[in-house]
Amino acid sequence: MNIWVYAQSSNGAVTSTTLELVTKARSLGSVQAFVGGDGHAPAAILGEYGATKVYATGDLEGRLPGVAVAGAMHAVIQSGDQPDLILFPQSTEGRDVLARLSVKLGRTVLTNNVGIDIDGGSVSVTTAVFGGDVLVTTAFTGAAPFLAAFRPKSFAAEPAYGAPAEVVVAPIPDLGPTGTARVTAVHVEETSGPKLDEAAIVVSGGRGLGEAAKYEMVEQLAKLLKAAPGASRAIVDAGWVPYSYQVGQTGKVVKPLVYIACGISGATQHMVGMKGSKNIIAINKDKEAPIFGIADLGIVGDVHKVLPKLIEALGAR
Amino acid sequence: MKITVLVKQIPDPAVPGSLDPSTNTLRRAGKLIMDESDSYGIEMALQLVHAAGDGAVTVVSMAPNGEVSGLRTALAMGAASAVLVSDPALQGSDALTTATVLAAAIQRSGGADLVIAATESSDGYTGTVPEQIAEILGLPSITFARSVSIIDGTLAVNRQTEEGYDEVTCPLPALISVTAGVVEPRYPSFKGIMAAKAKQIETVTAAELGVGLVGWSGADQQITVVTKADARAAGEIIEDDGEAHLDIVRFLENLKVI
Ligand SMILES: Cc1cc2nc3c(=O)[nH]c(=O)nc-3n(C[C@H](O)[C@H](O)[C@H](O)COP(=O)(O)OP(=O)(O)OC[C@H]3O[C@@H](n4cnc5c(N)ncnc54)[C@H](O)[C@@H]3O)c2cc1C
Ligand SMILES: Nc1ncnc2c1ncn2[C@@H]1O[C@H](COP(=O)(O)O)[C@@H](O)[C@H]1O
Repeated sequence: MNIWVYAQSSNGAVTSTTLELVTKARSLGSVQAFVGGDGHAPAAILGEYGATKVYATGDLEGRLPGVAVAGAMHAVIQSGDQPDLILFPQSTEGRDVLARLSVKLGRTVLTNNVGIDIDGGSVSVTTAVFGGDVLVTTAFTGAAPFLAAFRPKSFAAEPAYGAPAEVVVAPIPDLGPTGTARVTAVHVEETSGPKLDEAAIVVSGGRGLGEAAKYEMVEQLAKLLKAAPGASRAIVDAGWVPYSYQVGQTGKVVKPLVYIACGISGATQHMVGMKGSKNIIAINKDKEAPIFGIADLGIVGDVHKVLPKLIEALGAR
Repeated sequence: MKITVLVKQIPDPAVPGSLDPSTNTLRRAGKLIMDESDSYGIEMALQLVHAAGDGAVTVVSMAPNGEVSGLRTALAMGAASAVLVSDPALQGSDALTTATVLAAAIQRSGGADLVIAATESSDGYTGTVPEQIAEILGLPSITFARSVSIIDGTLAVNRQTEEGYDEVTCPLPALISVTAGVVEPRYPSFKGIMAAKAKQIETVTAAELGVGLVGWSGADQQITVVTKADARAAGEIIEDDGEAHLDIVRFLENLKVI
């Protein structure tokens, strides 16, 4: 099976989800990666994880990756290199490339997957629905290439200690009017401390904090535990914290050793982003809150009372 | 300024979802409502038309059984007209077919300067339909818009990224998908609700749009297995008596993280 992986970079480094997909792909067949941008820097790590070839578009010159990378991928496929399967990270960029390419190729897409199986020539993928309670497996029944996107942390990333991949230029074709959007400035909203999707401990706050200023309690606790601060979508939409803090279906997927949910109800869309945590602690004043259904330690209480005492107790150690 | 907003009509998310055991797809029986995620696009469109000083907002939806209740909500907010694509042949359509149908409906209504969708639907969350529509219509697109303005006929968008946001510009016509938080949607007024009753909703079929191979026959995918995931065992629940923070400290000590 000839498998391509759309290799996404963030701040100049190949994303962890990309490496997870390359790792999984090499257990299923031969792997070629596709990069939007320059291919020489990512070729080393992509090769290390098992890719033999890296197609790279070269500088995007301000174009959005969706339209540019899909155009370049389509051109390579038309020129004769036929993948059987293309894997995409479930991310803003991955989704855009996938969507544009699906129209160019006339192929169906399957997104939000957490697993993949190949049986002979037949490929099926698995998604988790209803907050992760139910797993649905879907088979591709049309013609290859099959297009699928996978949620972060669906597979473990493990190096294969391969040599740097060969870099082949895949130029961006003339995109006509579709290619006229331009990125004019890039803003990074970095948080200090460990990264949310890599931290061993995550402390998240939700609407139960009551007001934006109270998020400080979450930050203080996170600092004491060397944890990353996170959030439910409710308080991201309300503008209390940036989107980069959001945990859940449309935010980050986290699987830390400990996840502490403060004033979060446990909506299915939040749970799919943190259910894989080894240990879950929840503080919520409503004992019926769904979050208690998955908590290892649930405190039925007021965050405004429990958190200051917890912060004080930890600070005194 | 002619703006078309895509409005998905979905089962009430407050009612727990279930799978139809005969087709293994989401059950869509009962009344559908407007996906709240699309209310942001409608509000954005109304504000952009207002700022432009002329134009109108059209809403387009594909839904089973001639469902219009979500479209009425959009009309009550202030959209001028609505197009519904409803056809039993569309049952089981995949995202690509849905995008093909919606693109054809947009074209039939005369095209638009700007097409607005949500970043993903609340029930299906495939998240590809807007970008697929842009590709079908040959339009540039900016997904994940968290602020939108039009300056001298050019779109200026702050596009949410995983680590922050990008400033992106784009000539019209174009398509954008907007996040929740792009604007605060208005509630339909009583006057709006009354006015919506008189507004026209055009209903068309897949055949009238000239779209073939739709529904199950057009979807190159089939659900094969549905299983229950391993449940997480519920743990210990403690009512705070003023000392519960010590339980958390002990829990963390046991894990040797403090
Ligand atoms: C398509 C789609 C995608 C989504 N994606 C995401 C996502 O990625 N991530 C996400 O988080 N959500 C997501 N959501 C939103 C999700 O459905 C919920 O609305 C959201 O998670 C709720 O956030 P919350 O728990 O902070 O707020 P609420 O649901 O309002 O819960 C607040 C909780 O705080 C408790 N509380 C109140 N006061 C106190 C107090 N003083 N002390 C202790 N507890 C208190 C309440 O009992 C309540 O349980 C998505 C929704 C849709 C439709
Ligand atoms: N059947 C539909 N009718 C109208 N709009 C839709 C439909 N399906 C998807 N959309 C639009 O496309 C967005 C993304 O949908 P999806 O790709 O299904 O997650 C939705 O939030 C809507 O704005």
